[in-house]
Amino acid sequence: MMQNVVNSIPTPNFEYALLSPILIMFFAACAGVLIEAFLPNEKRRFSHLLVVFTSLLLAFFAVVLQSGPNGRALVASGTVALDGPGWILQGTILLVAVMSALLFAESKVDPLGDAFAARASTLPGGEEEKTVTKLGWAQTEVWPLLSFSVTGMLLFVTANDLLVMFVALEVMSLPLYLLAGLARRRRLLSQEAALKYFILGALASAILLFGSALTYAYTGSLEFGQISNGISSANNSPGLLTAAIALVAVGMLFKIGAVPFHQWVPDVYTGAPTPVTSFMAGAVKVAAFGGLLRIFYVAFGSLVWDWRPLIWVVAGLTMVVGSVIALSQSDFKRMLAYSSISNGGFILVGFSGTNRAAIAAVLIYLITYAFATVGAFALITLIREQAGESATLIRWKGLGKKSPLAAGLMSLFMLSFAGVPLTSGFTAKFGVFTAAIAGGATPLVLIGVLASVIAAVFYIRVIILMFFSDPIPEGPFVVVPSVFTTIAISASTVVTIILGLFPQIVIDLVSSASVFLR
Amino acid sequence: MNFPWLLLIVLTPLIGTLLLFVPKRFIPFSDKQIALYSSLITLIFVLVVAFIFDTSSTALTQFDVSYDWIPIFGISFHLGLTGISLVLIGLTAVLTPIVLLATEHEGMKKRKEFLMWILLVEASALAVFLARDLFLFYVVFEAMLVPIFFLVGRFGGPRRSAAALKFILFGLAGGLVMLAALIWLYFVGATQLGRGTFSITALSNELNMDVWTERWLFLGFFFAFALKAPMFPGHTWLPDTAEQATPGTSTMLIGILDKVGTYGMLAILLPIFPNASKEFAPIIIGLAVFGVIYAALVAMAQKDMKRTFAFISISHFGFIVMGIFSFTSIGMIGSTIYMVAHGLSTAALFLTAGYLIKQKDNSLINSFGGLTKIAPVMTGIFLIAALASIALPGMAGFVGEFMVLTGTFQRYQIPTIIATFGIILAAIYMLWLYQRVFTGTENKETKNIVDLNLKQTLVLSPLVVLTVLFGFYPAPVIKIAESAISNTMLQIGQTDPGPIISKVETK
Repeated sequence: MMQNVVNSIPTPNFEYALLSPILIMFFAACAGVLIEAFLPNEKRRFSHLLVVFTSLLLAFFAVVLQSGPNGRALVASGTVALDGPGWILQGTILLVAVMSALLFAESKVDPLGDAFAARASTLPGGEEEKTVTKLGWAQTEVWPLLSFSVTGMLLFVTANDLLVMFVALEVMSLPLYLLAGLARRRRLLSQEAALKYFILGALASAILLFGSALTYAYTGSLEFGQISNGISSANNSPGLLTAAIALVAVGMLFKIGAVPFHQWVPDVYTGAPTPVTSFMAGAVKVAAFGGLLRIFYVAFGSLVWDWRPLIWVVAGLTMVVGSVIALSQSDFKRMLAYSSISNGGFILVGFSGTNRAAIAAVLIYLITYAFATVGAFALITLIREQAGESATLIRWKGLGKKSPLAAGLMSLFMLSFAGVPLTSGFTAKFGVFTAAIAGGATPLVLIGVLASVIAAVFYIRVIILMFFSDPIPEGPFVVVPSVFTTIAISASTVVTIILGLFPQIVIDLVSSASVFLR
Repeated sequence: MNFPWLLLIVLTPLIGTLLLFVPKRFIPFSDKQIALYSSLITLIFVLVVAFIFDTSSTALTQFDVSYDWIPIFGISFHLGLTGISLVLIGLTAVLTPIVLLATEHEGMKKRKEFLMWILLVEASALAVFLARDLFLFYVVFEAMLVPIFFLVGRFGGPRRSAAALKFILFGLAGGLVMLAALIWLYFVGATQLGRGTFSITALSNELNMDVWTERWLFLGFFFAFALKAPMFPGHTWLPDTAEQATPGTSTMLIGILDKVGTYGMLAILLPIFPNASKEFAPIIIGLAVFGVIYAALVAMAQKDMKRTFAFISISHFGFIVMGIFSFTSIGMIGSTIYMVAHGLSTAALFLTAGYLIKQKDNSLINSFGGLTKIAPVMTGIFLIAALASIALPGMAGFVGEFMVLTGTFQRYQIPTIIATFGIILAAIYMLWLYQRVFTGTENKETKNIVDLNLKQTLVLSPLVVLTVLFGFYPAPVIKIAESAISNTMLQIGQTDPGPIISKVETK
């Protein structure tokens, strides 16, 4: 590799067509910046909506059109791997991003406007804040931020090179740090969440970067395929490699919110505006697990026996700790945050299978979980009080009486999270347990069973609160959303039911595409 | 034979559920009528199937319908009828319309929802008894928790939330352990047979597991079935649930759904894990006998009628489990009949008591008394139900209990003798309960209780008629059950011990 560079500098070959989903989202983001710069205030919202939704759908179609057998290749001089899992992850991220974008666009549920602060720079609770809110200003920068973040995710899940991966990670994360701090209500909480997320995220990025550097030092390459070869041929001290893998693992496990690197999750999920939380719990989770899969299965694939015990421990801890702490949560968003942690543990159980079935199982879990979780967060935005969203669980008593539809759909998502058969959550759980048992991780499955029972308690408790209790006076009310949120919730519902009844659809899709290129 | 009768049987209640939500102007029937008619049509289909069912056939299943569901894992939507399933879907199809008619008052404002859940319970019960694919069986086994969960939580007593939570957690705990065992079993099958399959028939007939695998898998499945049945010591959810649930819900739960546990032992555990079943049989018989006596004693100590009924049922489930693990044809056939008899008598007990409880909104035994004069019809029906429940000769329960004890005695004399005391205890707890509630002097509370009217009596009468009918003429049920049990005995490689037991056992 090094010699190549010295002898002749090859003309970089750039496969524009295959990279088009990433490019489309990148140009959409740039267009968003230009809209901010040149269009007057009142025209911005519409233009952003047009650009973002068109580009997301265009990018999705680009994925669909090119993801066939001919579209699998290492491109951009081997730094981007467009393989089966890559395409599926890109497609999932784009669909989930569409759903979250629908929630971003919702401006009817809150009488003051959308979910974002009128001007992020104003002092929370100050005079100026009131003025700009009254004027109906909107922080439309969220749209280019969203597009940039999606661009980063699309690149992150297909990156075949540690450096590209790091850049993608930053492109994906930086907009999220900002978005997390833009809540319209409870702004101090939101800003605190953003700061916490930023500091811990930056730390994790640094650790990942350090791990990448050590990997390069050991193997002499940053490209995943070369790293894999380098590991088998190099004779350097194994300590260096262990440190490299450990640091990369820590950086990645932080992003997926695995125990013990999960502390940021509850605070950030709670503080961030709910549409952003849905984006993090849905799309970011997909992206982070996609990256984790690729690094560990491709670059460190030959060291499976060394890192597997680590993943076992982390998976077990994540499931149990996530589920147990979720038991004691009184805030619904916080509970879903711990639920997201514990679900991450279940995905790691599938991940620990380390075979083809494991890749498929992880992908299926990610797809089903992302849709259900966006649906659940979308429903939260509808359950409101005068002061904003009503996420205090105890106040949801008797919600089933006030709005059987909203409470019924929420129950569906809860049952899906609990893994009750005939919902997509069961398909996912069956998949990861199957992969894990096939990979010899039966003890981990038993821990998973235990954690599932614990987790069922808090999911079921939500249903009990909503349906088996009488409403409290002056409790929350359920608002009727505009078409945006309605579409998002309907799509989540349909996916949750269809993938529960006919799992073959997603299994076929994913099984034919569960081989990584290297 | 190719007509998909079984599919029709499962779909009818589901279609009824959907019709409940069709706007009124498109349908000339009320909610109640839709639910009742769809359950009656289901009953007709079941009767047709029972009529065509060939008891002389040696085929494992009849009326098979199979559709690919998740081909990559060898999962199919496969329904098939064995003698045991026929008996149990018969029970389900008979009890559902009776529950719908007898619990009209339970739904009240939330009637449509109540009807929907009851129909969903029926559909899932039918599907679980007919499933010939283990994955399908598991899916329904778990999914049926949801309708009961809502029935308990939405329509039950003051502490219904806690009861519903306890119910579903016990169910999920058992189910998830079974899921792990199920996936493991799949891989054992895939390795050995060269193809992944969940077909109960294939897994029973073609698989030879090594000793420890079979033991672990057996325990995984047994755990789920024992929690569902429920057996001592996993029984604690049942009294709590029954106490809080309405009588209609309890009938569906204890009368029908709890049979899934014992059905699973008989139709899944024994054929798929014959060796482990034999190994663990003494322990399970021990637990069952202990459960028979323990639950009977606890039943006596209860203050609440519904809790008493629940403990009585747990005691009876002990008998059923004994019969199943006796590994004799007569014991297993006895268990099958006992399941039906128990379903009928439990339904009669809960529904009759339900009319009483409804009037006073109270189910404490001591608050009643002297009802013989005030409500003679109710007293009469309850007495028959009580006698049926304690297996008086001439009642269906007697046939079952007698066969179970005969069958078990051939292999386990001492446990059988101990279990026999359960019969005496049963007479005590039931007659004592009857004495306290119905005889004696009336008090202020019971003075204005209204007797059953003609319609209510007619609704309950099929239960009484069937109990007595099967008590005097059990031949049809025995014949149907026998056709399946003879196959089961073949699958587990057992022959009935001869009359000289000690010689056979010392081989």
